[in-house]
Amino acid sequence: MSDPLFEYLCRMGDNTLVLGHRVSEWCGVAPVLEEDIALANTALDLIGQTQLWLGLAGEVEGKGRDADKLAYHRDVWDFRNVLLVEQPNGDFGRTMMRQFLFDGWHLAYLKALTASSNDRIAAIAEKSVKEVTYHFERSTDTVIGLGDGTEESHRRMQDALDRLWPYVGEMFLSDDVDAAMIAQGIAPDPTALRGAYDTQLDGILAEATLTKPADNFTHKGGKTGVRHTEHLGHILTQMQWLQRAYPDATW
Amino acid sequence: MVDQTTKFSEAPDLLKELERAKVQGAPLTEKPTVETVWAWLSVIPDPEIPVISLTDLGIIRDVAWDGDTLVVTVTPTYSGCPATSIINLDIETALRGHGIENLTLKRQISPPWTTDWLTDAGRAKLEAYGIAPPRAAGGPQHCPHCKSTRVEKISQFGSTPCKAQWQCTDCLEPFDYFKCI
Repeated sequence: MSDPLFEYLCRMGDNTLVLGHRVSEWCGVAPVLEEDIALANTALDLIGQTQLWLGLAGEVEGKGRDADKLAYHRDVWDFRNVLLVEQPNGDFGRTMMRQFLFDGWHLAYLKALTASSNDRIAAIAEKSVKEVTYHFERSTDTVIGLGDGTEESHRRMQDALDRLWPYVGEMFLSDDVDAAMIAQGIAPDPTALRGAYDTQLDGILAEATLTKPADNFTHKGGKTGVRHTEHLGHILTQMQWLQRAYPDATW
Repeated sequence: MVDQTTKFSEAPDLLKELERAKVQGAPLTEKPTVETVWAWLSVIPDPEIPVISLTDLGIIRDVAWDGDTLVVTVTPTYSGCPATSIINLDIETALRGHGIENLTLKRQISPPWTTDWLTDAGRAKLEAYGIAPPRAAGGPQHCPHCKSTRVEKISQFGSTPCKAQWQCTDCLEPFDYFKCI
């Protein structure tokens, strides 16, 4: 394993990078203009946070790689994002359900991270909390509005929840990298956040008239980089094509 | 949605000041005081909302001399705000125009920017420009056009990361609301 702090920062930055890219795929094709703008703004926040996380990762690594190098010059097996964020957008409902499931974890995790023993990490977390609070508010409202909406919107939101639920558990798994961060007071234990997440989720899903799947089976392998889903490779072919076709091109 | 770039001409004073700043570029014989530098910065318009200046926005966190180098500390409004690099360029252009040769622009993200740092003058200018200023209550006090208090949210996000979209239910005009963070 490489330096656990570098691994850890890549996990944070790859989550926001891959989700930011996914959400940006809606730019120009969202169902209505307001949603198009909201999705693009969310993506922008996430990419901004990525610059902070991967920028710091590059500094910690000390091999001269900046955020752009890390984003555009690594291959699938080097990415450390959870599997949830690389799942395809599907319809608007599934995109918002994915955002909602991620935002709930992201906000709670970042809030805990503001107490990090590492000042740089605490500062990024503090900055991100403000932005992610907005993301979570909006995704929660949308999940409730569409879940408790028409027969069709309800069905689509339930389908989205059923499909994405097996990817939720990975956000709360803890491994050696987490243990190293916890030991140094750098980051919280993700497993400790599950209880509060579930309680909050149950309340919102009840309001949205949606049913949480009973089976807690969890797909994993994204955060450790052991096994991503096939979708990540397809994302990278789009996201990285320019830097791969014209290495180090700038404009 | 209001296209701010078309309203750029509504901030002629700021622009004239900026133009003056650019042509004054004779080398300085002595270091200007930090107060002078703050005054120069206070006339640089925000690139996306040119009716307010960078100091109105509260993103200039510090101005100091480190030996012969002027250090200006800037904080981003939103981490992904695309205006950040333009703002740095505008600061550099203006200060070079005033004859500053050794300049460092520092990015500081902690404490994170908050709309509490918007000046009162900035808030008033936003309102006059048609953008409802931020309020801790989480929504605009009234429509910036007809002043009606009957307003509703259209979307939590707007034409720039710092704004949300609202609409007046009396005059029916949609308007930007500066998000409170």
